[in-house]
Amino acid sequence: MFYKIDSRDTVLSKKLDKFFRGLANAFQFVKRFFQEVWRPPYEFREVLRQCYEIGYRSLPLISLTGFIIGIVFTNQSRPSLAEFGATSWLPALISIAVVRALGPLVTALISAGKVGSSIGAEIGSMKVTEQIDAMEVSAINPFKYLVVTRTLATTFMIPVLMMYTDFVALMGSFINVNQNELVSLSTFFIQVFESISFLDIFSSVIKSLIFGFTIGIVGCYKGYNSSKGTEGVGQAANAAVVMSMFLIFIEELLVMQIVNAIRYA
Amino acid sequence: MRKIENEKVVEIRGLYKSFDDNHVLRGVDLDLYKGENLVVLGKSGTGKSVLIKILVGLLTPDKGEVKIFGKNALGLPIKELNQLRLRIGFSFQASALYDSMTVRENLEFPLVRNVKNISRKEVDRRVEELLEAVALPKTVNQMPSELSGGQKKRIGIARTLILYPEIMLYDEPTAGLDPVTCIEINNLINQVQEQFNTSSIVITHDLACAKQTGDRMAVLINGQFTAVGSFTDVFEGAEDPQVKAFYDYNFIK
Ligand SMILES: Nc1ncnc2c1ncn2[C@@H]1O[C@H](COP(=O)(O)OP(=O)(O)OP(=O)(O)O)[C@@H](O)[C@H]1O
Ligand SMILES: [Mg+2]
Repeated sequence: MFYKIDSRDTVLSKKLDKFFRGLANAFQFVKRFFQEVWRPPYEFREVLRQCYEIGYRSLPLISLTGFIIGIVFTNQSRPSLAEFGATSWLPALISIAVVRALGPLVTALISAGKVGSSIGAEIGSMKVTEQIDAMEVSAINPFKYLVVTRTLATTFMIPVLMMYTDFVALMGSFINVNQNELVSLSTFFIQVFESISFLDIFSSVIKSLIFGFTIGIVGCYKGYNSSKGTEGVGQAANAAVVMSMFLIFIEELLVMQIVNAIRYA
Repeated sequence: MRKIENEKVVEIRGLYKSFDDNHVLRGVDLDLYKGENLVVLGKSGTGKSVLIKILVGLLTPDKGEVKIFGKNALGLPIKELNQLRLRIGFSFQASALYDSMTVRENLEFPLVRNVKNISRKEVDRRVEELLEAVALPKTVNQMPSELSGGQKKRIGIARTLILYPEIMLYDEPTAGLDPVTCIEINNLINQVQEQFNTSSIVITHDLACAKQTGDRMAVLINGQFTAVGSFTDVFEGAEDPQVKAFYDYNFIK
């Protein structure tokens, strides 16, 4: 009774309260995914349709970016290697860089922008226009139909797209190497495969699965919890991109640490 | 006149609902009899939508009792809740059509997902029947974005009817429509009542709609139903200034 609560305290405590509530909500959301993903009906058709959408949406941008990154990265690495007279190592260097880091990361970041935002916007607008409620009142589980399908689709598709990005980036690199060092396609790819191990490929697939899951679940979460009104939808799309990019970088760091621990164990 | 039975399909007692400091429903009592059209009136923001959302489990009340078909309808496990939801049609204030699906897919969606092993023929028959009922058979392959507001409302109504519900809840079926379309929708509500034998709650601001479709009126003021009864009882001898204001606003303005 003798204390007078400072209004700043209450504002801060409200903010903290909101933050932890959000965290708990997000955790619940992820938990619900893992509960519902095993239960029938499995909605194969919807998952397939989403996979197609994701591929279709990301492919042009990923092709372009992957190809250019291959060329640019090769071109920029050449002088450093040339100092040691080691330009013949270019294919190996590029291969390691692309397979271990650039491929998964570039694919995930582009998809976060293209796919994550559109999932956030789509589900957000379904939320705002009560389409999600409409499913619920017709005894259809919207979480299953919307969230589980989209998240599964991104989880499957990012690794697939990642391999495609790797391939395109390596082709870009090959063109550059071929023109400068006159290396043939077969020699180039022999060097590429010699310098990467099973662990490299395995870990980048795992990493892409994690990235894909992140993009899907974050997009759905932000959409599902978007606030009323049209600006709510825009915010949801935007927040989905920002949040999933942030998480992707964190995950990249974590996975890199773990893989390096295994590699050098 | 319609045949209204003495059996209560919905029974609401002492219902309370608040959002933070916003006390929306404050002790709502209401009955819906089998076969009747009950019109719920009230100013914007008085909690009409909240009330019917509680009936279908989209919102949970803080306190109170709801019985539907004689059984408790609150806090049900999801399976039982879904069983109940299949018997109730909910027509949304803004139609809530799935905008990535055609009209046909919108209508089929609740059907194929809830009626196991339904034949293609039966699905087509029901889609046709309901598009016929709402007088829009030509829109079957259109997308919701290609429909007018009134058409959307009707397709929304058709979609909720496709599971042959026993109770229909209409959330402002005529809001934002021109007077002629309003009358058409009101006729549709009456026709649905007869054709599908439903009991309905119709939420509206519009007294003409109320008069045309309602057997009984219920006016929601400050979180409670202040006046319940026939149109004449509620409005023509209205003493409560707010009920009176509602009437005057609609007819004198
Ligand atoms: N999910 C919600 N969260 C917080 N507040 C809500 C929620 N739903 C409704 N409200 C509040 O409850 C009150 C009643 O809302 P409701 O939508 O039931 O009004 P209404 O009577 O249907 O009005 P209208 O005629 O404009 O549709 C409003 O003040 C609204 O802000
Ligand atoms: Mg309303």
